[in-house]
Amino acid sequence: MDIDKIESILATDCGSTTTKAILIEKRDGEFRLIVRGEAPTTVEAPVEDVTKGVLNAVSEVQELAGRQILNDAQTELIKPRDKAGKGVDLYVSTSSAGGGLQMMVTGVVKTMSGESATRAALGAGAIVMDVMATNDGRLPHQKIQRIRHLRPDMILLSGGVDGGTTSHVIELAEIIAAASPKARLGIGYELPVLYAGNKEATELVRERLANKVALDTCDNLRPTLEKENLMPARHKIQHLFLEHVMSHAPGYPNLMKMTDVDIMPTPGAVGDIMQLISRRKGLTVVGVDIGGATTDVFSVFQGIYNKSVSANYGMSYSISNVFAEAGMENIMRWVPFAMDERDLRNRVKNKMIRPTTIPSLLEELMVEQACAREALRLSFDQHRSLAVGLKGIQQERTIGDVFDQTMTGQTLVNLKDLNMLIGSGGVLSHAPRRQQSAMMMIDAFLPEGITQLTVDSIFMMPQLGVLAKVHEQAALSVFDKDCLIYLGTCISPTGVSKDGAVALEATITMPDGSTVKETFKFGELKVVPLGVGQTARARLKPSYGLDMGDGDGVAIEAEVHGGVVGLIFDTRGRPLNLPKDDGERIKKLQSWNAALNMYPKN
Amino acid sequence: MASAYTPGLKIVGKTRFEKDRKLPMKGTVHVKKGERVTAETVVASTYLPGNVSPMNVANLLGCEPKEITDFMIRKQGDQVQKGEVLAETPGLWGFFKTKVQSVIAGTLENVSTVTGQIILREPPIPVEVHGYVDGEVAEVYPEEGIRVATLGTFIQGIFGIGGETVAPLKMVAKNPSDVLDAANITADHKGKIIVGGSLVTAPALARAIEMGVKGVIVGGYDAFDLKEFLGYDLGVAITGTEDKGITLVVTEGFGKINMARKTFDLLVASEGKKTSINGATQIRAGVIRPEVVIPLAEVKEQDVSHEVNMGMKPGSLIRIIRQPKFGSVAKVVSLPEKPAHIPTEAKVRTVEIELLDTKERMVLPRANVEIIEE
Repeated sequence: MDIDKIESILATDCGSTTTKAILIEKRDGEFRLIVRGEAPTTVEAPVEDVTKGVLNAVSEVQELAGRQILNDAQTELIKPRDKAGKGVDLYVSTSSAGGGLQMMVTGVVKTMSGESATRAALGAGAIVMDVMATNDGRLPHQKIQRIRHLRPDMILLSGGVDGGTTSHVIELAEIIAAASPKARLGIGYELPVLYAGNKEATELVRERLANKVALDTCDNLRPTLEKENLMPARHKIQHLFLEHVMSHAPGYPNLMKMTDVDIMPTPGAVGDIMQLISRRKGLTVVGVDIGGATTDVFSVFQGIYNKSVSANYGMSYSISNVFAEAGMENIMRWVPFAMDERDLRNRVKNKMIRPTTIPSLLEELMVEQACAREALRLSFDQHRSLAVGLKGIQQERTIGDVFDQTMTGQTLVNLKDLNMLIGSGGVLSHAPRRQQSAMMMIDAFLPEGITQLTVDSIFMMPQLGVLAKVHEQAALSVFDKDCLIYLGTCISPTGVSKDGAVALEATITMPDGSTVKETFKFGELKVVPLGVGQTARARLKPSYGLDMGDGDGVAIEAEVHGGVVGLIFDTRGRPLNLPKDDGERIKKLQSWNAALNMYPKN
Repeated sequence: MASAYTPGLKIVGKTRFEKDRKLPMKGTVHVKKGERVTAETVVASTYLPGNVSPMNVANLLGCEPKEITDFMIRKQGDQVQKGEVLAETPGLWGFFKTKVQSVIAGTLENVSTVTGQIILREPPIPVEVHGYVDGEVAEVYPEEGIRVATLGTFIQGIFGIGGETVAPLKMVAKNPSDVLDAANITADHKGKIIVGGSLVTAPALARAIEMGVKGVIVGGYDAFDLKEFLGYDLGVAITGTEDKGITLVVTEGFGKINMARKTFDLLVASEGKKTSINGATQIRAGVIRPEVVIPLAEVKEQDVSHEVNMGMKPGSLIRIIRQPKFGSVAKVVSLPEKPAHIPTEAKVRTVEIELLDTKERMVLPRANVEIIEE
């Protein structure tokens, strides 16, 4: 394939419910998004063939683009483009249909090889259903029952350093063998198990598992106590995903023939594009994709990429779980009006059982956005506890760090260092006003210092992630020009002060040279308009007791970026404490909503 | 967003209902294609591998793992009884022997000289699959199970609790708006599937269990009561395995919502008939909704409507599935082609409807209505 000759690219993402297709073309020397189409995903009866949904989505793209991409029978892509300009030059795809890749991982010590195995699986785009370890407190028969019950798509077996004792990892292999696990999709094929533990134990593991599962092996993901080597396991997982799991999903063998590069698991592709952006722009990034069933969080701090999947936090299928986990009070604290508990519970459960409905009344929108804040907060908490400790794919630890591993709360995620927050998923990308997306992210993540806020306009990061594998330039160009919507910058000192006291003094030199001087009181939210693409120079002086990053009361100077919302001065304090009294809390929420012009007046 | 409408739950008076009845793993099918079966007929059976009990013999004997084969009395593959000696050290001059006795009756499946562990497996667990509905065998899947088929009434619910149950149907509500309360439930309802109207209260459900009622079909149920009933806040809508002594099928949703008139009338028409219900719900990819199946001898193949619903059009009957007017039934007036703004300011595809009871006209998102399948 000659990359330089590619001018027209089709990329799809086969989600659990919807297949999204985008058409990217080279126009005036640069790659741009031309149109987007979608259709229901068709992995379920009666169709049971994912390619049907892909062809339907592409046929919508054809209609919108006003040119032919499929053959006359609408059964195949025309590839490469013919002389008449029909078809595309490149086709790539990601997939999370059928619930994505669901894995179980094992390690000898839960906080050591168990954690490394979890990171390897998550990095490959999987959902980790359970982490089983020799020291996890469960008895062998309980572990066996658990494996039988869960029916994962794949098991990652790890444990032991190279040359170390083999007995613990063999015990885990024996437990898996005794459970004789069956694959989730279909009884007709063997469950893939990847062994990435002590290399001395490889043959012993093979003896125990070879006839019971589809066993594959790769380099130890924890070759020594001080070293973590996740890449071989990660690549092997993606390979096994295609070879075993995907190839048994309805229609996937055909889809695999259609694409020019391997199909990637959706979260894996999103992670790749995040890393690319962070590397290219030199930014620390936190990204979140909040879906109907799951919420994925990605981060790059100090050049280290981390990803977490919160399998049961989402806005439709999982909304009731968000409610159950966050608790009634935490949801209600974001609702700017009084509400009866029974009524709220019924509304949430009705959304769960009818997940495709949308809020048509303002009050309902506010309740959903309250749930979204909590779903994001819970997912981010999970991410923080996972993004810990390691400083690279292959990284040295000192022996002293090893004893610190229970202190995995020492997260890499430091909000003061965060440059950009990227939101995506229906509730953020399709919020009626962009101010709402900005505030949902601010309330959930509570950024500190200066943080740029963006949303993915139509959630095309998965497609761009897989595209970047073959055509980085095209992926980056579309990401910059068509994917991200710049909301603005959140400026928020940390610390707590007295309500109404001066919290921050700002002197902003606007792009036209004019100067804006503003004083912000503690407990308020305010917006200073600054448009998309504009930057301003700001001197920010926090009051005593508050910190903009350089210390208590120390002024900082920085360049700040505008957006469709502008510069959001959030002097409500970190941590953010909402009034305990319902009446006062509602009054506060209403004043913040008004300050940002978040909702229509009536 | 070309097809932004919810197809709706099936509520059909005369239909052909088919369902796969499969074993969890390969086994024996006991019926033939075309054979008549009842809900109680065992159509297929198999044995699941028994539960396993690991024992660390090396630890128990105080020896190295690699030495355990020297002390094992029973070998891999042997049948063993509970309490039987599996391994024994020689002791000192024949005294002070250390013994390991089997904790279960079953098979000695594995002896590991690396971990010093043995694995014992209990005898296989028999599993039977029943017919679930009175009907006939439409298809046989060799070694796996069958597809059972019947002619009659089929109603899909929106949410349920508990698994399959079969019993005669008994109407308790006189109207779709009636609330099913504890006072309505009597000893007469024992062993029956009872039908309520707009709501089943928490005391009513408790009383139904106490009276030995097998199932409840009702329009609405309060989410707060669900939490109290289950003992936990249901996070993910995957149900069917609850062991509460009753199966609940909710037809409309959470809160007090009148049962759809059509559903109610179909149930009235089948009062006293043998009815199969299942509360199992799974709202994920591969949606499973709870169901009510009433086989009817008088329904013939030619009575079954094969009309496929091609989507919403002016005149279609729909139900509103979100506030405002949640649960109301209406007629489609028009389907505006272009997306329009709704009160939240979102721009979505809409439908203009007229409420059947008040004739009030409204514009709603298409995603918030479902077609009532005729």
